[in-house]
Amino acid sequence: MADLKLVNIKKIYDKNVVSVQDFNLEIRDKEFLVLVGPSGCGKTTTLRMIAGLEEITEGDLFIGDKRVNDVPPKDRDIAMVFQNYALYPHMNVYNNMAFGLKLRKFKKDEIKKRVDNATKILGLEDLLSRKPKALSGGQRQRVALGRAIVRDAEVFLMDEPLSNLDAKLRVQMRAEIQKLHSRLQTTTIYVTHDQTEAMTMATRLVVMKDGLIQQVGAPKEVYDKPNNIFVGGFIGSPAMNFLNGKLEEDYFVMEATRVRVPEGKMKSLREQGYAGKTIVLGIRPEDVLEGPVVNDSPDTKIRASIEVSELMGAEIVLYSKVNNQDFVARVDSSCNVVAGETIDFAFNLEKAHFFDEESELRINTN
Amino acid sequence: MKNKENTTRKINMYVLLLIGVVISLFPFYWMVVGSTLPSGKIFSVPPKLIPGNHLLENAKTLNESLDFARVMWNSLFIAIIYTVISVLLCTMAGYAFAKFQFKGKKFLFFLILCTLMIPFQVTLIPLFEIMVTLDWLNTYQAIILPSIASPFAIFLMRQNMITIPDSMLEAARIDGAGEFKIFFSIIMPTMKPALAAVSIFLFMSQWNNLLWPLITLNSKDMFTLPVALSSLIGMARIDYGQVMLGTTLSVIPILIFFLIFQKNFIAGILGGSVKG
Repeated sequence: MADLKLVNIKKIYDKNVVSVQDFNLEIRDKEFLVLVGPSGCGKTTTLRMIAGLEEITEGDLFIGDKRVNDVPPKDRDIAMVFQNYALYPHMNVYNNMAFGLKLRKFKKDEIKKRVDNATKILGLEDLLSRKPKALSGGQRQRVALGRAIVRDAEVFLMDEPLSNLDAKLRVQMRAEIQKLHSRLQTTTIYVTHDQTEAMTMATRLVVMKDGLIQQVGAPKEVYDKPNNIFVGGFIGSPAMNFLNGKLEEDYFVMEATRVRVPEGKMKSLREQGYAGKTIVLGIRPEDVLEGPVVNDSPDTKIRASIEVSELMGAEIVLYSKVNNQDFVARVDSSCNVVAGETIDFAFNLEKAHFFDEESELRINTN
Repeated sequence: MKNKENTTRKINMYVLLLIGVVISLFPFYWMVVGSTLPSGKIFSVPPKLIPGNHLLENAKTLNESLDFARVMWNSLFIAIIYTVISVLLCTMAGYAFAKFQFKGKKFLFFLILCTLMIPFQVTLIPLFEIMVTLDWLNTYQAIILPSIASPFAIFLMRQNMITIPDSMLEAARIDGAGEFKIFFSIIMPTMKPALAAVSIFLFMSQWNNLLWPLITLNSKDMFTLPVALSSLIGMARIDYGQVMLGTTLSVIPILIFFLIFQKNFIAGILGGSVKG
């Protein structure tokens, strides 16, 4: 077990393409850290630099107390799980797992002990003599996990390990990886572009964009207090709504409609000099209210014309336009509006966020 | 009605295929028949299609004209050594071109492909002069070494290896395998079909090679099969019976080689062109 330290890590590919810039992060022992962001944000590059598969252009990487920038992957004491499993197609399950141990000159009975242990954890006992091509996607990914487990490495690196699986299996494997982590307590760095995976698995998550860290924090913290518009929009599904408007007196004003900003928030906004200025209001679809409650809160009522409604089962997601800006609401499925109708929504503005229009940073109003 | 149409179509197809089979197999059959006939009867009109009883006589004269066992050994030795070394070299080169990044990679690969377009006859004289300078005339290495790096084999291996996912190699690297270990324990086994195809190709090209051995080999005990057989034709009276027998015998090893690798050979050709 070990903690990791990334200090001013930078990755510049030839032709001056900057992939990761000035990455600073301490990863604690036993942590399940998730790097999340849209494609091309540098999360996989960061992971590959930690693995040693990609050279670090600038900065220092420490595993434990040792600077490992120039240490080859095999000596970094890491194990990696790849998106496409990367199993050895000509070896059976047992040999796939044992390969790394054989290379490290482990004794035969020790190898057998470790592989047996891993197969028991992963429920692969009956498949040991099968070749990868005779396995299903989920089984293959389990073998790939097994290959990491038997190594008993300090750090597990996982590069979108679930994105090749179908939706149902993905949820199942997600839970299995979490169980595995709580059982083995190995420091894990997990890369994904799926915010649901990030939210559900991470002890801490790192949101990245364009090679820069946008926010680091526990999932709840990132969800409740997104640093900026990007994080607010990326974490949470469906994504947060952003409405442009002006702060006038006690109201947030958009063209024809206005909503009343709660006193405490307004006070803090005024103190920070946003009175009379254009700002961005961020409200999550789940904080949009509908039904009788709307009439009780006339101050935050807005009218929306529904364009699409998607029934999810317990909930219904309504896509609409408010003052020509896209607006999504997630309400109880008892609400039966159909596309083309108009409906009144209310906001739970206590849960709303305000963002500076220019810097896109969140304005602290608590 | 439709059924009938299908049947006629099938019959037509089989007839066409049958004609193709007869056309391609007849020369072989005639060669085998010819090896059992006395020279004079091979060209008789109408041609003899039933095996005769002159096989032993032909064998006797063949063995008198050349040391057949020695010639066979020369051919086998050269072809096998050549195939083993060449497959290894070309696979390594193909691997480098497919999976490693280095300066001038594209240009080098382009150069290698360019050499495919140069006919061997063009390089014949300079190559011969090199052999004279090295004093390698009439040696095995003079036959084996000049064509040891086959551009076609390199090309074929590279095309096949491009389909190997990088992550597999990275997984092996993290597992602790060095580059040679990766090559021999991961790359070679996954490339079996392609290796079989390349082996057959290289073995055949060396087995049938006539021009270059004909020029570099000048003593009878070094002759390969094609050279030895062609030397029979050079004599005043051509005994076609023994030539046919020699040719028939020379086909046998390649037939065995092909039958062993046949399954892989076909898989390899398809595997290279259509990525499943």
